[in-house]
Amino acid sequence: MEINLNRKIVLGLGNTLNKDEGLGVHVLNALEAKLGAVPQLEFVDGGVLGLNLLPWVEGSSHLLILDAVNAGQQPGTVIEMTAEQIPMYSGIKMSDHQITFQEVLGLAKFRGKLPPQLHLIGAQPVDIGIGLGLSGEIAALIPELLTRVESQLASWGLLNLSG
Amino acid sequence: MTNRIVIDPITRIEGHLRIEAELDASNTVSKAYSSGTMVRGIEIILKGRDPREAWAFAQRACGVCTTVHSFASIRSVENALGIQIPAAANLIRNLMIAQQYVHDHVMHFYHLHALDWVDVVSALQADPKQTSAIQQSISPWKNSSPGYFADVQSKVQAIVDSGQLSLFANAYWGHPAYKLPPEVNLLAVAHYLEALDWQSHVTKIHTIFGGKNPHPNFVVGGVPMPIDLNSDTALNIDRLSIIKDSIQKIVEFVDQVYIPDVLAIAPYYLDYASLGEGLGNFLTWGEFPATDNSDTSKFLVPRAVIVGRDLNNLIVPDPNDIDLMKEFISHSWYEYSQGNDQGLHPFEGETSFKFTGPYPPYDFLDVEKQYSWLKSPRWNNKPMEVGPLARVLVMYASGHKQTQDLTNAVLKALGAPLEAVFSTLGRTAARAIETKVFADAMQGMYDDLVAEIKAGNTKTFNDEKWDPQTWPKSVRGFGFMEAPRGALGHWVVIKDKKIENYQMVVPTTWNASPRDPQGQPGAYEASLVGTPLVKPEWPLEILRTIHSFDPCMACAIHMIDADGEELGEVGTGLSVCTTSI
Repeated sequence: MEINLNRKIVLGLGNTLNKDEGLGVHVLNALEAKLGAVPQLEFVDGGVLGLNLLPWVEGSSHLLILDAVNAGQQPGTVIEMTAEQIPMYSGIKMSDHQITFQEVLGLAKFRGKLPPQLHLIGAQPVDIGIGLGLSGEIAALIPELLTRVESQLASWGLLNLSG
Repeated sequence: MTNRIVIDPITRIEGHLRIEAELDASNTVSKAYSSGTMVRGIEIILKGRDPREAWAFAQRACGVCTTVHSFASIRSVENALGIQIPAAANLIRNLMIAQQYVHDHVMHFYHLHALDWVDVVSALQADPKQTSAIQQSISPWKNSSPGYFADVQSKVQAIVDSGQLSLFANAYWGHPAYKLPPEVNLLAVAHYLEALDWQSHVTKIHTIFGGKNPHPNFVVGGVPMPIDLNSDTALNIDRLSIIKDSIQKIVEFVDQVYIPDVLAIAPYYLDYASLGEGLGNFLTWGEFPATDNSDTSKFLVPRAVIVGRDLNNLIVPDPNDIDLMKEFISHSWYEYSQGNDQGLHPFEGETSFKFTGPYPPYDFLDVEKQYSWLKSPRWNNKPMEVGPLARVLVMYASGHKQTQDLTNAVLKALGAPLEAVFSTLGRTAARAIETKVFADAMQGMYDDLVAEIKAGNTKTFNDEKWDPQTWPKSVRGFGFMEAPRGALGHWVVIKDKKIENYQMVVPTTWNASPRDPQGQPGAYEASLVGTPLVKPEWPLEILRTIHSFDPCMACAIHMIDADGEELGEVGTGLSVCTTSI
């Protein structure tokens, strides 16, 4: 069980006790329900774990991050970021998991183990108050988010959309 | 003249922490106030839910402590329903809990706390040959050549040259309170990086026993992983051998890296052996049941209270005692239906928010009124410190031989008296001592598990009370857990098969609590009094003591002087924790 440096991972992040903050985990669950098992692909629920996620980050060749993002956009805006943009992305201020996750990415970069293929899909949250489930506006985005995720996975050759 | 400084936010995911400290004319802390500036709503979310599923929500309250909240939750339901878990399940749980301690403590030491003592930038001045000589003199650890340390040094140099200090950006490099020689700084930086590789090996125990990782599975009545040596999907020979290997890697790192590093760093900071204690009262709910969760006399860490440093008089607290265990809110932004001056036992606990200001912008909290989202838990009307120091003292006082030997050996190495344990340094040393005790205990737990399996005791789940039809109409229970940060309690009231009330009292609520109705400070507040600051605009000394409690916080610090002028903006380096504990 040595570290596999070729893992293909979809990583859902966020706190599911704070509504839209849990976006990444909710999209991950919807994706897994829709696709079922996909050869080579792992669905990882990262929750609000910080440095503990480093082995997953450093072990992957392809890492697709799902997360609520504070990009200064209108609430409910879909956000997509490429590898170059991600290390600078800013988390939701009420919750530090993105700050910590930035540090995870920073550490991976420092150690020369940033995944060669890195991508982020998420949205600017509407409501991050206490509660389970997504706000209506963000829940309505799930089909579009799934389409974008599938298209990204297809571009990595992990999913055959025509099939 | 008094001057009040503010450190805010010392953030964490479900409860940002703010410290306000009053300094006297010599820049020594005369009073301190600790404020949790964010609210936790898990208690509200759990009302009306199936108690068997509470753990799955409770574990989301915390980023690092998913395991501890899950265990406290399922133990509370098992306690309420009178469920005894099978022996093999108890051993598997103990192994998971012990692994959690070691993993958490090592990561805390290197990735949160060490940067309070270790000046990363100074490591650039080190002679790698000398660092190598130091390493070889303190431990047989394999990574000890001059070339190895030169390589680490050039990595750090590259970061500094790039202008992106990133992970090392947020600290007080060059602060005069840093005392380590460059060579020891380099040693610690090397192990900071090595700990990251080590952690991927040690989490395998959770992956195997929990079925997956992160967020392993839990079940009321036992553990979800069946034992079948001939099955590919159960706990089998292959998986047992991975666990055995993982335990070896855990023990090796603790013995050869963590403990020697603590002993190499501590002699430079002996002033902290008489600073930062605080209350002198300690509480443990206990951990590592031998078999039966209700038989606390057979716990490795006993359930006990120490009052006023009196190690000769261990008191056994009853968490269900309505009169002794209470949470007060006189300085917290809550309201109680029967009045805010009384305390409530968690079984009768209420989570009803009532924010009374101040509204931003403001300079200071109104500490005479309400100033925290944390309640003030008190045992027998006394504030308590929880965590590694409490556990080591309780084990020491109850006659645990290894704990006594290790504690005495550390004190002897530092030339310090027993009283020195009541300090910031004592707290940090206690964390290392208990890490060794628990890491060493894992081998015995593993052997016991193998013995149970050989004897045919492979049952891991007790389903007698799984069906809610078997439950009484109304019942309540207490779930304990000695989380890495200290005594964690979940109290559940179950009525008509649903959760009627659920209250958590987490370690940081004990340690970071505001003053109570009698004006008694919480552990953080008390611990900072008497701490001199060399450079008040860079309050490194405050961070050392606060971090010695391991308060799960990511920190970016704004310091504001009495005139409301911002003096500087700094952070405290990396945080491994993103949570409410």
